Amino acid sequence: MRSAAREALVAPSIFPHEAGSMRALADFTIEPAQGGDGGVLRFSGPMVVSSLGLVDRRLRAVNEAISEIDVRDVERMDTVGAWIVWRLSQQLDAKIVNCRDEADRLIKAISETDENRENIRAPRLPLIQRVPDEVGKLVIAIAVGFLQVVGFLGQAISAMGTIVRHPRRFRGLALVHQMELVGVNALGIVGLMSFLVGVVIAQQGAVQLQQFGAEIYTINLVGRLTLRELGILMTAIMVAGRSGSAFSAQLGTMKLTEEVDAMRTIGVSPTEALVLPRILATMIMLPLLGLYSSVLGIIGGAFLGSVSLGIPFLTFLSRIQEVVPIHDVWVGLVKGPVFGLIVALAGCYQGMQVKTNAEEVGTRTTSAVVLAIFTVIVLDAFFAVFFTKIGWG
Amino acid sequence: MPEEFEGDYPIRVRGLVNRFDDHVIHEGLDLDVKRGEIIGVVGGSGTGKSVLMRSIIGLQIPAEGSIEVLGRSITDARDDEDIDIRSQWGILFQGGALFSTLTVAENVEVPLREFYPEISEELRHEIARYKVLLSGLPANATSKYPAELSGGMKKRAGLARALALDPELLFLDEPTAGLDPIGAAAFDNLIRGLQETLGLTVFLITHDLDTLYEICDRVAVLADRKVIAVGTIPELLALDHPWIQEYFNGPRGRAAKDAQDREAASVVQATQDAATSPMEQE
Repeated sequence: MRSAAREALVAPSIFPHEAGSMRALADFTIEPAQGGDGGVLRFSGPMVVSSLGLVDRRLRAVNEAISEIDVRDVERMDTVGAWIVWRLSQQLDAKIVNCRDEADRLIKAISETDENRENIRAPRLPLIQRVPDEVGKLVIAIAVGFLQVVGFLGQAISAMGTIVRHPRRFRGLALVHQMELVGVNALGIVGLMSFLVGVVIAQQGAVQLQQFGAEIYTINLVGRLTLRELGILMTAIMVAGRSGSAFSAQLGTMKLTEEVDAMRTIGVSPTEALVLPRILATMIMLPLLGLYSSVLGIIGGAFLGSVSLGIPFLTFLSRIQEVVPIHDVWVGLVKGPVFGLIVALAGCYQGMQVKTNAEEVGTRTTSAVVLAIFTVIVLDAFFAVFFTKIGWG
Repeated sequence: MPEEFEGDYPIRVRGLVNRFDDHVIHEGLDLDVKRGEIIGVVGGSGTGKSVLMRSIIGLQIPAEGSIEVLGRSITDARDDEDIDIRSQWGILFQGGALFSTLTVAENVEVPLREFYPEISEELRHEIARYKVLLSGLPANATSKYPAELSGGMKKRAGLARALALDPELLFLDEPTAGLDPIGAAAFDNLIRGLQETLGLTVFLITHDLDTLYEICDRVAVLADRKVIAVGTIPELLALDHPWIQEYFNGPRGRAAKDAQDREAASVVQATQDAATSPMEQE
């Protein structure tokens, strides 16, 4: 499981705690063999986790014949020291002598854990097998994911049907609350964004059109572009970032803390209570925000027109009515609910898929936003073709 | 690198005051924990047991008072990094608080990596392995992720991590909460065994009366925003405080005491049987 939290904890820190230059370290000496017995390995100093790190490497290189491990000069010992002594005695087939009570107790406890020498790592396939394995899993996950999204949409529609049949169960308050969060609270940021984009389009468009003495067509450009495309697209992206991520994070966390399960056991349908208000609120608010965004884009263009193109502000606005066909407004308004559905569906679906931990909430929130924006842009292209074909070009 | 602590009281709390806005949790709280003891900390809900523990380990800055752990002042430490003794204590949080994206063994290795990066990877794996086994988990638990563990196993894994650096001081926050009676008794025995083997001082927050009777040397009672009494259970029972009487002499308290008396009696009986038939011994 590659993840940021994992990397932070598992990689060595750049500034580890001071590797004690003042620390007393453990040490050992080897007395050579005498007579028929092997040599004696004598430890000294404290044999604790803070003092043994460096000595361990030297110990692993020991390959003389040792018959006794003497710990008489060891000041104090903890489980790491006990482990090292025990491991050594097993490895070299040597006896541990001159143990104090503390050491004896620890070594005994450690020795009881040594029965099973299983590998502590999770099993892992070799690279040549892992890559196709991962690719295959990814493809299947995408296909399954797509089916699940369709299923989720079906659930939402079915819940909508239930509400229509039992209007009392409709959660009006939740809907209005979400509408405030998705729509009203976004007015500031969407307004600012749209105004500035309107200014920029008008300015850049005018630069090109000036070459033909056709700056007056800036009005057509700004009007048609914001109403058909930019207004609704940028708003959808902004709403995906604001609300799509919020839905995913909220619902994901509620799943983690078992709130969704609690709802089910009480008999409250999470789809009706949580998902439906969010989807409906977004489908209602996005076209409205889109229109608002287009209007502000036009105002931005008019502002630029009056400041640098010499087109009076009100003239710009009244010209809009003459040159922009009304079906441009319908185009924007038709796209609105569709994009709203996509953004809300992506957010709610990903949120409800969270199962394991906080990390998953984060990754699913990211993919909800990315998925929503990508789908909106692709659909926008289809819409462009569609509307041209039906004569609203 | 902090030196070994030689004093008699690893934890000294004096005049602790904790406030959340207007709500006063502790007022003039004093507590001394003796070296090598298992001290149980009890109190009604909301009396601030966890807040006390968090104050002692530096997660909660008190409004007033002084706290000394292993001879170092916690309340005078300037910020998180200054608390030098983190390698000498281990903490088991209520849910285990395992890092969810790491395996059990990797969890145990985090403190080792943090404090002793000079330890080789091989030795670190070996240490993690035996710590996990010492905490009563099977060997195959080392490569499992926390999501794959049961509640009891998560607590044991958390304990293994708390003991990763062979600390002198162990903090346990309601370790037997949510465990079945057999698991809870096993955990109690584990703590007692580890305390004897490793020479730990244990600060244990609990509601579990059986734990208090079985393994706690002393019990500190939190009430009225202070520690109103500290002592062995018989000493506490001799006091006239209504809450203490209700806590230890209510139906659950008496059941726990009876259970302990029965067990003590059976131990005495077994010793007598062994003494009267020395021929059978060999």
